[in-house]
Amino acid sequence: MSRTSSKHKKTAKNQASGTGYWANAWFRLKKNKGAMISLAVLILMVLIAIFADIVSPYPYDLQNADHAFQTPSKQHLLGTDNFGRDILSRIIHGGRISLLVGFSSIIFAIILGGLLGALSGYYAGAVDNIIMRSMDILMAIPGMLLAITLAAAFEPGLNNVIIAIGVAEVPIYARVIRSSVLTIKGQEFIEAAESIGASDARIILRHIIPNCMAPIIVQATLGMAGAILSVAALSFLGLGIQPPTPEWGSMLANVRQHLTTYPHMAVFPGLAIMITIFALNILGDGLRDALDPRLKN
Amino acid sequence: MNNNNLLEIKNLTIQYKTDNGLVHAVNDLSLSLEKGESLGLVGETGAGKTTTALGIMNLVPDPPGIIVGGEIQFEGRDLLKLNKQDMRKVRGEKISMVFQDPMTSLNPVMTVGKQIAESISIHESLSRKEAERRAVDVLEMVGIPGERFNEYPHQFSGGMRQRVVIAIALACRPDLLIADEPTTALDVTIQAQVLDLISNLKNEQQTSLILITHDLGVVAEICEKVAIMYAGRLVEYGTLGDIYNHTRHPYSIGLFSSIPSVDGDEKRLTPIPGLMPDPINLPEGCSFWPRCNRATEECKKAVPALTESEPGHWVRCFHAGLEGSSYKNDASNKNETSKQDDTSKKNDASRKGPQTHAEYADTESACKFLGSLVSE
Repeated sequence: MSRTSSKHKKTAKNQASGTGYWANAWFRLKKNKGAMISLAVLILMVLIAIFADIVSPYPYDLQNADHAFQTPSKQHLLGTDNFGRDILSRIIHGGRISLLVGFSSIIFAIILGGLLGALSGYYAGAVDNIIMRSMDILMAIPGMLLAITLAAAFEPGLNNVIIAIGVAEVPIYARVIRSSVLTIKGQEFIEAAESIGASDARIILRHIIPNCMAPIIVQATLGMAGAILSVAALSFLGLGIQPPTPEWGSMLANVRQHLTTYPHMAVFPGLAIMITIFALNILGDGLRDALDPRLKN
Repeated sequence: MNNNNLLEIKNLTIQYKTDNGLVHAVNDLSLSLEKGESLGLVGETGAGKTTTALGIMNLVPDPPGIIVGGEIQFEGRDLLKLNKQDMRKVRGEKISMVFQDPMTSLNPVMTVGKQIAESISIHESLSRKEAERRAVDVLEMVGIPGERFNEYPHQFSGGMRQRVVIAIALACRPDLLIADEPTTALDVTIQAQVLDLISNLKNEQQTSLILITHDLGVVAEICEKVAIMYAGRLVEYGTLGDIYNHTRHPYSIGLFSSIPSVDGDEKRLTPIPGLMPDPINLPEGCSFWPRCNRATEECKKAVPALTESEPGHWVRCFHAGLEGSSYKNDASNKNETSKQDDTSKKNDASRKGPQTHAEYADTESACKFLGSLVSE
């Protein structure tokens, strides 16, 4: 008895408080410098977006015709736009929309795609065929085109943009989750769960889904980058967020006429998009390495 | 029907529909098990042992598996006729199963405590706290300190994991425990511990046991009844004494002669010649005849019925009367054309082999002796 408990303490120490799979993954992620820097950048962006009203130097819609088209200065760190609005403030507020839309459209896609994928993977047969063939149809339509069509069909607005972008992403998650469900379903612990009388819902939710979180998380970080780009593109086309609400894509769209004369107006929102997507991609890569059990050091 | 019977399987037939043809996994199997009794289900890989167990749990993977016919009477109900909900209530609460490989039969991202508590909370309406408190008790019952409740399966060794699997199976105090080769994946030292644990808990909880194994030593240690399966059919069934001391079916005899004996200085083992028939096209007649040294024309034509050779001892063989003949002569006869030298060696070896059933008793005692060595 005493021998077991001392052995137990030793293992616990080795595994950083012994919290298992996720603790190990976090331990591996911490060693990846790029991923940690990206994570810090993203957390900073989220915090800035949340506290946008406090952080931004000016209200995002404060127009000042006298100060229009200013290049970066002490007063306006990133300059002003054609209406004399402070670009830094607009980028800060725009981050709110971009991050919110990116995040919620992916959550929407994960929930819907995850449900469809889990059902088709678990029940196989006819259910699988019906769901996956409809996903194939959705996938055959270019995602951007689908989002544009949906956004144009409904009236522009935050919720519709989220749904339009989310729907285009659904088949990707359905596929990812279906394939992980298929691998996990065949494992013995699922049979063991059946043998203690667990219901299908319990097996899917408590045993299968937690075991396929790794590919979902990786796909989600990468997908968020795509969603932020999509919302920028939709807004650029005038189908996304409507003025005067700032959004990185619509800010870019506004610059079109002034691009050659006042390039700073395009550079900074573009940089904001680039940094966010770069950080998300690096983090996604890092997560993929950290969550892959085969890469255990 | 005997009223003491907890489980009674009648004419169970299970098949798998594959692209290569119909796999006859279990053919016309009848078995019965009394309350508190333990039965060893013995057979080679592919004999249909696991399929039988899954059939009892009604968990035969479908597709491709189909239960073609038969009944499984359990506490007066036919399990095959129950609907999904009712069957779920039986699984885990009345009948549980211990799987072969403890490395894969636990959920890797769930703490062991939660997995045990899950089994309890599915069948009993308890608060989460209450279920977890019960789970700690069960964990301690199988010899794992309760403070390891919050640990994950990968933090346990193989033997400890198998204890957890047993804890999950026994958490609701089932009436019947099906252990599917519970020790195959474990070290020999751990095997004995796990077997001890199973037999102690079985006695404490008055649980009936079906132990699936291909290890005759394990059966001798725990079981009162033994059923030997071959190619999906029961070929011999009886008490431990019947099977070990009065072996009648040529296949069972072959099984016993394949075990090395500790005290005999055998130079070579005598495996049964040939391989198990392909379950897609079983030979006509007795499925064992192509490998059997007693086979006659009769065996090739009809499947022998399971007949009672002495009270409680059933054998499926036309020639069951011929007790204890061996394979050795047969094996060496086949090599007649080979070098003279070789043949003489073989004949030499055959003289030393266990030819009488008295020596099977030795095998049994040797197994027990080994078992006791190991558990010390």
